Amino acid sequence: MTTTHTDAPMTPAPTGPVEKTEQAGPGRADRISALLQQHGALAVLVIVSLVASFSFDTFATGDNITNMATSSAFLAIVALGMTFVIITGGIDLSVGSLFALGGVLAAWGSRHGTLVALLLPLAVCGLIGVVNGLLVARSRLAPFIVTLAAMLGARGLMLALTDEGAETYLVAKGSFLAELGQGTTLGLGNPVWITLGLFVAGAVVLRRTRFGQHVYAVGGNEDAAALMGAPVARTKILVYTLSGLLAGLAGALNAAWLASGVTILGNGMELEAISAVVIGGTLLTGGLGYVSGSLVGVLLLKVIQNVINQIGSLDSSYQQVVSGAFLAVVVIAQTWLGRRRQLM
Amino acid sequence: MAELALRTPTLDKDRVLQWLQKYGVYAGVAVLLVVNIAITPHFLSAENFRTQAVQVAPVIIVALGMALVIGTEGVDLSVGAVMALSASVVALYLGYGLLPALLVVALFAAGVGLANGALVAFIGVQPIVATLALMVGGRGLALVLLPQLEDLRNPTLASLGSGDVLGFPYLILVAAVLALIVAFVVRRTTFGRQLLAIGDSRPAAQLAGLPVRRVLIIVYVVSALLAAVAGVLATARLQASDPTSLGNLMELSAITAVVVGGTPLTGGRVNIAGTVAGAVLIQLLTATLIKHDLPPSWTQIAQAVVIVAAVYAARGRGKR
Amino acid sequence: MPEEVLAVRGLGKTFPGVRALDGVDLTLHAGEVHALIGENGAGKSTLIKLLTGVYRPDEGTIVFEGREVSFATPLEAQKAGISTIYQEVNLIPLLSVARNLFLGREPRNRFGVLDMARMNREAEETLATYGVRVDVRRPLRTLGVGAQQMVALARAVATDARIVIMDEPTSSLEPREVETLFSVIRRLRDAGIAVVYVSHRLDELYAVCSTVTVLRDGRRVHHGTLAELDRLQLVSTMLGRDLGEVRTEGLTKFTGDHSAATDEPVLEAKELTAKHQLHGVSVSIRPGEVVGLGGLLGSGRTETAKAIAGALPLGSGSVTVAGVPLRAGSTPAAIRAGISLLPEDRKSEGIVPGLSVRENIALAVLPRLSRFGLVSEVKVDSIVDTFIKRLRIKASSPQQKVGELSGGNQQKVLLARWLAMNPKVLLLDEPTRGIDVGAKAEVQKLVDELAADGLGVLLISSDLEELIEGSDRVVVLKDGAVVGELSGDDVTEDNLMRAIAGSDNLQGVAADG
Repeated sequence: MTTTHTDAPMTPAPTGPVEKTEQAGPGRADRISALLQQHGALAVLVIVSLVASFSFDTFATGDNITNMATSSAFLAIVALGMTFVIITGGIDLSVGSLFALGGVLAAWGSRHGTLVALLLPLAVCGLIGVVNGLLVARSRLAPFIVTLAAMLGARGLMLALTDEGAETYLVAKGSFLAELGQGTTLGLGNPVWITLGLFVAGAVVLRRTRFGQHVYAVGGNEDAAALMGAPVARTKILVYTLSGLLAGLAGALNAAWLASGVTILGNGMELEAISAVVIGGTLLTGGLGYVSGSLVGVLLLKVIQNVINQIGSLDSSYQQVVSGAFLAVVVIAQTWLGRRRQLM
Repeated sequence: MAELALRTPTLDKDRVLQWLQKYGVYAGVAVLLVVNIAITPHFLSAENFRTQAVQVAPVIIVALGMALVIGTEGVDLSVGAVMALSASVVALYLGYGLLPALLVVALFAAGVGLANGALVAFIGVQPIVATLALMVGGRGLALVLLPQLEDLRNPTLASLGSGDVLGFPYLILVAAVLALIVAFVVRRTTFGRQLLAIGDSRPAAQLAGLPVRRVLIIVYVVSALLAAVAGVLATARLQASDPTSLGNLMELSAITAVVVGGTPLTGGRVNIAGTVAGAVLIQLLTATLIKHDLPPSWTQIAQAVVIVAAVYAARGRGKR
Repeated sequence: MPEEVLAVRGLGKTFPGVRALDGVDLTLHAGEVHALIGENGAGKSTLIKLLTGVYRPDEGTIVFEGREVSFATPLEAQKAGISTIYQEVNLIPLLSVARNLFLGREPRNRFGVLDMARMNREAEETLATYGVRVDVRRPLRTLGVGAQQMVALARAVATDARIVIMDEPTSSLEPREVETLFSVIRRLRDAGIAVVYVSHRLDELYAVCSTVTVLRDGRRVHHGTLAELDRLQLVSTMLGRDLGEVRTEGLTKFTGDHSAATDEPVLEAKELTAKHQLHGVSVSIRPGEVVGLGGLLGSGRTETAKAIAGALPLGSGSVTVAGVPLRAGSTPAAIRAGISLLPEDRKSEGIVPGLSVRENIALAVLPRLSRFGLVSEVKVDSIVDTFIKRLRIKASSPQQKVGELSGGNQQKVLLARWLAMNPKVLLLDEPTRGIDVGAKAEVQKLVDELAADGLGVLLISSDLEELIEGSDRVVVLKDGAVVGELSGDDVTEDNLMRAIAGSDNLQGVAADG
């Protein structure tokens, strides 16, 4: 190389822009890996649904589909909040308990009017989310242990409210809350519409707002995000709050749908939500994820559950085996694809 | 001067936290014992001792394995599922005799442990996720194998669950022996030291030529085997196989015992005596609340507070 | 004279036991490209961290654009107009190029929602002026490292930077990408931005920089116009050696050559190749011989040692120990064959900080001291005892945690760990860096003794004196390839510096000397 001595800052600059074309783009294999990661779950969902419709007359019926849609809605709302948390590289194990707590609070509150019935679960579950967020972001405790404690605490609170689970509060028939949970619009249950609305809003927030950018940045590279000016702690507190709020809302809607605050719900729901999010292509290491994928993940879990029920001779516990196996396969595939694409 | 004045309080706080982390669990156990002896009727009875011992034994046994896993900077969420699985398998194979049934249980547990370990050590999946898959699938499998509660009528199994030596139930004796063995392994064997080195600094362990993958796999297999032992013993005590609820939330209790006992989640240190004390502490706390007619919901809230307090005290200690 | 942007006066910083920076001055003018150079530990990174708000200075002032400043965080410095481009690209790899470029200042429409069309368009336009023409919707990580650097640079400039600090920006760039970077730097210069350029590659300094500051041991030892110094002068200033004065007697504890080294090589590494790091490096060591590995930082010294120890995946090449070929890429296999590596990064790759001195010393040799997996505490005690005495390791007891020891004692513990294995070959990567004078002398003496006992030693050091007086032969690396070898009387500072500077080919130098 020649040693050009640029000893004076007055040396004229090279004229014109520097010609450079970036060739180090993704190869075909890389693109297929990316496609698989993002849309693999959708492909499996379509295939499973097709096979099921051909195999069982009772699968692709209007009734069955609307039933599946409604029963998916609550898990989907929880998974939406979980998606945000996981994209920041965290995890929220308290959502199952918050779901149950939200349901009990809504049913209890419905005696004092619809407003209380909706605001009370949101306030309490949101607050627990804030505490989770503060402990993770400010005290720098491990998310899994913090939310594990919150899971216990929230369930304890729920049991304390219901005389150790003996008391079941009912949602008054004909109230607005009951209508919200049980009514239908254009042939689909209201919870389904609410869920769809939340997912659209969630997608916009994640992809089209500064907060969404911060969520990705914090999960992608926390140190760099801080250097680039992203408010790391605030972002983390917000995602745990959002997760708590959505879990509480899902619980409230579920109580409205069932017309009562059932205390035994929500056990293991955090696992289902995490499975759905991961199956949907969101990386557990953070920084990459899709709201739409989580919805597909939820649907896939529910379709599998439905199919197992259709088979009839199979016990519903097969659902868990299949979910577990599915999760393992997805995680292995993700790790492998991720390593190929050098995401981790 | 100003600097000195500023520094002293933080130093004290550090020291208090350090002391709490080291001895807090024993102090907690002692306080609860004294309080209960003072205010709880019949606390010092043989019957009560028996009840508490029998209840805490499975938690101790599972927590021993969990302590090893956490020592490698991992976590094993599948232990409750393994307990359920072992309950199902024992019920299924008891017809061939107790020993063959136990062998099959061991095989199943080792399989789960191998799968966990392989996911973590070879594929590089985070421990939480790897063991989550088996937590979901394991309980499902247990229920597929045995869909509902089944009474077991095997005299040997029954005596294992209810018998005692000089007033010490077999269950707590097994737990004590296992605790001694695990403590011995941690302190006196090549494996124990390699485990701690891997948990403290994986890159240094790798460059020092340690068999990192082998150690990780063995740790997860041991954790699963211990969970299986706990599952069989709990089943023996119930004289029934109950895959639906056996071991529910056990992963939580075990992690709590380990963390409260002063083993940091960041790995590199394992405190077996503390782990046992941690399990006893949680058990005493629950017993105290129940005996004074405080509802179980309070127990859960109290346990949540204890976990957060323990992790908070351990914050910033050990490795960063 | 252009406007003065930055005036640093008497900047000092002390860390426990180390005077990292001592009364350093630095002046930057608008449109100046300033080279900041110095060997490891000279204080470059401390200076950069003080300027960018990572550390606070103990003494001295920083005047930026006429105002005295004191930044609490890197973010504050960045907002004020001092941006830093790090060696590792500090962006979010999974986010799209455009989103990275605009993070925190995204254009929004009247609903508060990001205006993606405008963002992508503006990102494309901005990057085009940096010669990067890519689909800005792609994740950043799909770009080459060079293009990623450009995005980081564009981001820094777009945030109205007045000073851009570049810390070894070319360490992972292809030659073509380096050229692009240079033309961008020239454009920044013409736009009146001051650039601080840190690099060990001398060619680059002469290609883009006009002025230079040389740091050594925390002090500024030279500053001025770069063109006034030629490469050899630059290297000698940096290393602190007078050209004319080549000492025959040094300050180190090495006692001289090990003439017993006549046997067949105990270690032969042939044509080691690793992507972007090594390009066919060959080294051989005979028993009783100390072979030095010279070269500047980033020349491939550490990578060569790691490759031999099986800790770096190899593209091609082979390692044989005492004639027996080694399984590539396996640390345990290398250790079994008798290779021991003392890693450069002692704290994160060497010691296990939470374990005791005793456990650390016994860590590798443990299986040999055990029967059926049970550790023989007696044997461990006797080995630990032997080495604590032999190496004079100062610890309150063998039970003390290694993390609490001084650097020198930590290094001795690591040496003990490997000597307990009875190795055939010892790879020492910067064995005396960051340890006190006494321990340094002891380690050097020990290396001599070990060689005398018949071990083959590979010695990597940035300390020229150590390298020259400790080695029988010095292999010089540059950019991941061997550029020369000095042996016998040719091992002199003068020759070594010429080889490192790469101004002439070595045969010429040797003939001259």
